[in-house]
Amino acid sequence: MEFMPSLYSAALRMTRNPADAEDLVQETYLKAYRAFASFQEGTNLKAWLYKILTNTFINAYRSKRRRPEQTEIDDVEDLYLYRRLGGLEAAAAGRSAEDEVLDLFTEGDIKEAIEALPEQFRLAVLLADVEGFSYKEIAEILDIPIGTVMSRLHRGRRALQKTLYDFGRSRGLVGDRDG
Amino acid sequence: MVDEQAQHEADCKEAVERLYHFLDGELTDERRVMIQRHLDACSDCIEAFEFEVELRAAIVRGCREPVPESLRVRVFNAIWEERSGPLPPTSV
Repeated sequence: MEFMPSLYSAALRMTRNPADAEDLVQETYLKAYRAFASFQEGTNLKAWLYKILTNTFINAYRSKRRRPEQTEIDDVEDLYLYRRLGGLEAAAAGRSAEDEVLDLFTEGDIKEAIEALPEQFRLAVLLADVEGFSYKEIAEILDIPIGTVMSRLHRGRRALQKTLYDFGRSRGLVGDRDG
Repeated sequence: MVDEQAQHEADCKEAVERLYHFLDGELTDERRVMIQRHLDACSDCIEAFEFEVELRAAIVRGCREPVPESLRVRVFNAIWEERSGPLPPTSV
């Protein structure tokens, strides 16, 4: 059960509550156990488990959803957060933007910002940024073309930065640079 | 030199456009080396790249959750039952 911590963490970000996350992980392990004969030695076990997790989530929880899933997100420019946290000005003042990330955003902010992403973007960001899967592996896990993986990642990451910036701004922790 | 300046700006633009592919390890060796060479010479871009690396590390840290012991027990028992029928009450 070496993958359980990462599967459970991903399940929590997907379902957004511990009871559903536990059910999802249990279901994933049971399905994996039943289907183990179809697992091919030499292929990526972690990616195989994530495919079961993701499919189970999509099938089981999509039907429970009350509101239709939002698929449009605000698009913002490259380096959105870096530039708004002061970028080079902050660095010149002896304050690196990395320090600002650590000071400004709690682990709770990060979780909340990820969970605020619409599902298709959230899954892509989780698989790439948190789990470190390649574009090709994500394409196989989600059963979508690689080009779609890249576009969801691109937009999901930018939306995440905007959400984090909005958190910081709403708490008065970062200046308003919207002009 | 205007040409050098224009070239530098073009390199910065390309580096930023390929930032995520670079961090994701999804560039060809040739492009990766080109961008690395630019980063070694450009403090503006290296700052921005380091920021993205740090943000990603913060995302990874923020998403790690300890597994409740009860979940390990549930999964173990579910697989056990699948394999050999219900557990005797005392072994739960």
